[in-house]
Amino acid sequence: MKRWFVGFSLVLAVALVAAGCGSSKKSTSTQQGSGGGGKGGTLTTVASAAPSGSPDPQVNYTLQEWQLLILSHDGLVAFKRSGGKAGTKLVPDLAESIPKPTNGGKTWTFKLRPGIKFSNGKTLSGADVKATFERLFKIGNSPNAGTWYNVIQGADACIKTPASCDLSQGVAVKGNQVTFKLTTADPEWLDKLAVPFAFILPADTPTTNVNIPPPGTGPYKWEQYSPSKQLKLVRNTFFKEWSKDAQPQGNPDVILQKFGLTPEAQVTAVENNTADWMFDPPPADRLGELSSKYADRVHVNPLTAVWYFAFNTREKPFDNLKARQAVNYATDRNALVKIYGGPKLAVATCQILPPNFPGYEPYCPYTKNPGSGKWTAPDLKKAQQLVAQSGTKGAAVKVNTDTTTVNKALGLYFVGLLNKLGYKASLQALSPDIQYPYAQNSRNHPQFAYSSWYQDYPAASDFLVILLGCGSFHPNSNSSPNIAEFCDKGIQAKMDQAGKQGITDPDGANKLWAQVDKEVTDQAPWVAMFNPKYVDVLSERVKGYQFSPQWYFLLGQASVK
Amino acid sequence: MAEFAYDPKPELNLAPGEGETEFLGRSPWRIAGRRLARNRLAMAALGLFLLIVVLSFLAPVYADRIAHTDPFDSHISATTVVDGERVDVIQQGGGALGLGEVPLGPTWRSNYFLGADNQGRDVMARVLYGGRASLAVGIGSALICSVAALIFALLAGFFRGWIDSFLSRLMDLIWAFPVYLLAISLSTVLLTTPGGVTIGPVTIDPASLWVPTLIIALIYIPYVFRPIRGQVLSVREKEYVEAATSLGASNVRLIFSDILPNVVATAIVLLPLMIATTVLTESALSFLSIGVQAPKASWGTVIQDGQDLLYTRPWVAIAPGIMIVLTVLSLNVLGDGIRDALDPRAKVRLKE
Repeated sequence: MKRWFVGFSLVLAVALVAAGCGSSKKSTSTQQGSGGGGKGGTLTTVASAAPSGSPDPQVNYTLQEWQLLILSHDGLVAFKRSGGKAGTKLVPDLAESIPKPTNGGKTWTFKLRPGIKFSNGKTLSGADVKATFERLFKIGNSPNAGTWYNVIQGADACIKTPASCDLSQGVAVKGNQVTFKLTTADPEWLDKLAVPFAFILPADTPTTNVNIPPPGTGPYKWEQYSPSKQLKLVRNTFFKEWSKDAQPQGNPDVILQKFGLTPEAQVTAVENNTADWMFDPPPADRLGELSSKYADRVHVNPLTAVWYFAFNTREKPFDNLKARQAVNYATDRNALVKIYGGPKLAVATCQILPPNFPGYEPYCPYTKNPGSGKWTAPDLKKAQQLVAQSGTKGAAVKVNTDTTTVNKALGLYFVGLLNKLGYKASLQALSPDIQYPYAQNSRNHPQFAYSSWYQDYPAASDFLVILLGCGSFHPNSNSSPNIAEFCDKGIQAKMDQAGKQGITDPDGANKLWAQVDKEVTDQAPWVAMFNPKYVDVLSERVKGYQFSPQWYFLLGQASVK
Repeated sequence: MAEFAYDPKPELNLAPGEGETEFLGRSPWRIAGRRLARNRLAMAALGLFLLIVVLSFLAPVYADRIAHTDPFDSHISATTVVDGERVDVIQQGGGALGLGEVPLGPTWRSNYFLGADNQGRDVMARVLYGGRASLAVGIGSALICSVAALIFALLAGFFRGWIDSFLSRLMDLIWAFPVYLLAISLSTVLLTTPGGVTIGPVTIDPASLWVPTLIIALIYIPYVFRPIRGQVLSVREKEYVEAATSLGASNVRLIFSDILPNVVATAIVLLPLMIATTVLTESALSFLSIGVQAPKASWGTVIQDGQDLLYTRPWVAIAPGIMIVLTVLSLNVLGDGIRDALDPRAKVRLKE
């Protein structure tokens, strides 16, 4: 989910610098909560801007809104609302149980829990489920409708003519039983049902983008959404907890998010306890202060994400494998980690999949003394040999990145490195709003472009297929996440095989994904740089902090009483 | 015909204490030169400006011989010696959590005099190199702008008619856009054009200093064009021009011998002020990442580098800021001095 961080990455200056010497209190870098708390009160959060794009739950693709949508809406299944690794486990939500697929993984039958009500008082029914999936296509601008949900029977017609979308074939409703019929088995179908695009909305929700999320079934409802001012969630009086794992009752009575504060001002507000949490990462030059004076209120958690620079494998000079490998060998990943904020905020990597992810096995061939799977030091000598062998020395290279502090600094590092290797490198730093679409579009002939990827859900394909699969390269399109334009038929066949195997044998499939990860890494379509960590800063009164690897800080489980 | 163009006696308008005999028989340029030379404030400003120019253009010497560093390359993992101790240029963050990384602060020594930026580069060296770029773009764009405006104004004011209408409306069109909006739009387009911009046989690389130079020159042409055109229209009606016309002087001779010498003073007066404005504009565009392109340095890019270090390493932003202030201040004072020296109605006090 690259664009989870549209607004967020503008200030993703979780890096570079922070002063600070001396220490005051013990570090509280945690995965799990730090004590419980009572119900009630207002959790006041701050952000620099409202979530980017439409607030419609079937359109919005930002972490900022998803963190709130999980409090107001539900899918048939959900990621367990818990900190730590348990947070990646799928549990039944609106459905009574998670069914076993039939018909070779193509048919999924769910039974809805009885008596669940939307925040407008209407009772949830199978018709709402069918209407929700039809609306996904009817609104016309749901970002993943055509790629994630196109496996539903009848979806192809819906993509062609959204207005008349009819999924009677693919979403069969019988009483409180809903059956999905897919055109092909999809091992990630349950994951896709657990994200906000598939959260169930009332059947009478308009089929145009809404200005405030419509009623949902969660413990909160959206009372106010003013993109220039604030959003407000209040308790849904119709909510009765049916599953603590899937949708627990929230602690605060009101969750408020105020917009318009710079990250600097957000830090000050949280430090002074006038706000309880800041959405944006703290700016680099405040990290030292937070680290020394407010350490007990800071939480640092690893993310299943990767930051990388993608080579264009179809453009000179990086259509040459040796040239790509050379840059990988020469890269000082410690320097890149330093740019991001240091070893406490990022971990160097050479591969595609992040640690603690399905299919992950440590692997790093691009280091001095390989074998441990970890990066230790650059091998400049080997890099120079490879450049000489590749015959690409002297080629002009544009290093494409965006103008945010960290990303520009990363780009500058590579300009220097490529020049050292004998290329003629220059920096092309574009506005964050245009850099990502620019880098994706093959018409722009990007040669070496910055990008980053944060998981949508815990599945290896979410990285390997989306970012490096043959089908993810769309020539001349701004929506072509395979920036490397990488397509290896042998590796693609293994990806397909792993996908199929995942339906019946997830463990076996993950072994295959690990093999795919290594083979792709050997082909060096990227310089994988590091896996970042996330910094949460809380006010003194916040208790019960929990960090889910899927949804990050679980706002509803925090207490301000 | 120049003697018709300037009659020192009626136009001299001496300041208190100025003796008429001092200026009689001298050319207007010499008079202006003497007046300027006697304006101590303007001379101090000129000295300061020249000092900044010289220091900036000595940046390579400073980087090579004094700081011994490459100010364009990253030195993130590098170390340096301060007071006999070897220290990291980018240092591990402190506090209980050890978050963040902090660049070396000012050492007030030859290496890292003003400290390092987030790439581990010597800030002092980058400030000096930044001056080279900012001044080159500022002076270059002001010169191009002034020359172009002068030519357009002469054509428009002398020929009038459709030429004047066309050029004046064109200038109105440029003027209609807010300066920075137009500059940002042009820069964004030029910087993202794959392969650079091709104008006839010339291809301009997006990273070239010519991009901000030409953009800044273009956006300020109307601001110089208008006052000069007004002067050309006025001078064109003077008796000595009519006399030259009746004597059969060609248009070229009228423009270059009778009109240009009488309007060029305005362009000269405006030039230092334009340089001050263009230096500021260049810094602003570079600060927004659409002027001078990294890793090249300009005062604007160095301030941008320092923006995220304000709490911890404020000198990274303050040092180029001071240089901009001194440059603009010196140019504005110098511009006032030149205006007073060239303006026939000057009220400048020559003897203090």
